[in-house]
Amino acid sequence: MTIYGYRIPMMASLIVWCILWEIVGRLDLLLLFPPFSDVLVALGDVVNSRSFASAVSITLYSYAWGLGLAIVFGVALGFLMGTVPVADRLLNMWVNVFLSAPLSALVPVIMILFGMGAPTVIVTVFMFAVWIIALDTRAGVLHVPASLLEMARSFGASRWTTTWKIVLWAAMPEILAGIRLGVIRGVKGVVIGQLLVSIIGVGALFTTYSNNFLMEHFWALTLILFAFALTVGQLIALLEARIDYYAGARS
Amino acid sequence: MTMAEPIVAAPERRAASDVAAPIVEVRGVHKIYNGDVVALKDINLSFEEGRLTSLLGPSGCGKTTLLKIIAGLLEPTAGEVMVKGRKITGPGPERAFVFQDFALMPWATVLRNAAFGLELRGVPAKERNETARHYVEEVGLKGFEEKYPHELSGGMRQRVGLARALAVNADVLLMDEPFSAVDEQTRRKFQEDLIRLREVENKTFLFVTHSIEEAVYVSDRIILLSPRPGRVNNVIDLDIRRGDDPEAIRRDPNYLDTVEEIWRGIKQYLD
Ligand SMILES: Nc1ncnc2c1ncn2[C@@H]1O[C@H](COP(=O)(O)OP(=O)(O)O)[C@@H](O)[C@H]1O
Ligand SMILES: [Mg+2]
Repeated sequence: MTIYGYRIPMMASLIVWCILWEIVGRLDLLLLFPPFSDVLVALGDVVNSRSFASAVSITLYSYAWGLGLAIVFGVALGFLMGTVPVADRLLNMWVNVFLSAPLSALVPVIMILFGMGAPTVIVTVFMFAVWIIALDTRAGVLHVPASLLEMARSFGASRWTTTWKIVLWAAMPEILAGIRLGVIRGVKGVVIGQLLVSIIGVGALFTTYSNNFLMEHFWALTLILFAFALTVGQLIALLEARIDYYAGARS
Repeated sequence: MTMAEPIVAAPERRAASDVAAPIVEVRGVHKIYNGDVVALKDINLSFEEGRLTSLLGPSGCGKTTLLKIIAGLLEPTAGEVMVKGRKITGPGPERAFVFQDFALMPWATVLRNAAFGLELRGVPAKERNETARHYVEEVGLKGFEEKYPHELSGGMRQRVGLARALAVNADVLLMDEPFSAVDEQTRRKFQEDLIRLREVENKTFLFVTHSIEEAVYVSDRIILLSPRPGRVNNVIDLDIRRGDDPEAIRRDPNYLDTVEEIWRGIKQYLD
């Protein structure tokens, strides 16, 4: 971000936004938009409440399961599509459809199938995260240099060995990029899933806060979720940078 | 120039390999890509044990195709390849390939890359690392064992590719323009090293190049291929003394004449 030619660091621009938020909040224009300082105060309240602790644990539980399944299944699906042309022709369109479909609209259907509890949220996280992971993995697998595959074959590697020792590693930068996007989409999934189920986890908290017009708390919870998604995404990005380093100048 | 028949060993020099039994034989090989690109037409060749033979020709004349067929990486459309008297059906432990673009794993260290052929053959870690270490040193990369490919220059990377091929102790080394992706100085050094390497390693080399000088400099025999369709155009046996001074060869009249002669022969295909 630059203002009058000065480069403003990320942190500073965040502060500017917070101040703006504070001012707009102070103006009392919107009931839904309390001043930032009040939100910060509520942050303490939210974090210390007992319902928050249990909401966090059920949320993390659903998120971890949904994302874990999405990574395992997504990477496997991407490998299948990248290595078996027939499978790719059959699946590619569907994966793309799911990737761009409005998945929130599917949640009620998932709810009917999986009930009003954690399983629905897990499936929602899974559905949000899995397709981008599959597509990125597929792209990675398709871009493995042909000469590496030939090299493995010339030394007598079987198809399996080649997959484990070459393809998986050569495709790792793309796989990690897919997982990073999946991580962020998964946070969306866990929130939307819980909001629609609305009786568990963070969704239940959101519902309580908004039903009782606790807007400070509502925004505080939103901030926490954003921070979580960004942090996890950032961690994956760090891992990616490391892998890119080892993957070196891939040309 | 005449179209060559199956080649018989010319009886002569190299004391190191006075027995010249064919270790690789190519019989009636044709290769047609996609039903209409005739890359190779009726190739009959034999390669004697312990010699360095170059496949020389302008790009697109089927050198890589022929080498990959011999490696078992490509199927010929017709014909067969015999290695040590047996018809090949795919890659085998008696052959090792050195790739034009090095084909190193960027996520693995020099040592692991050099040991990778052995790793794929199930050699235990301790043993394969020991062997790889020896060859990494032999190709002049001692001290670089724990580096990654992107930390090396192009020339050094190809040395790793060479160490990997040497480590599996194959009888035949198949090299596809191994020095084409490195700069001129490195290239010359490489050629000299290759000649020295041959004195240590008793192997058969099949060496693909499009450089006449390079072919004449390193080879015992040159097989000239001509393009469209790729055919054997001529076979030239060389008799160039490779003494102690590698630079002397480049000034040897015999060397210069041979380069000139081959160039005159090739020129006609360039228009
Ligand atoms: N996979 C392929 N599909 C179709 N044509 C090919 C393929 N590989 C090589 N060719 C063609 O076969 C001919 C010989 O190629 P190649 O063996 O790579 O030649 P060289 O190594 O001598 O440059 C060229 O005309 C090239 O275009
Ligand atoms: Mg070639």
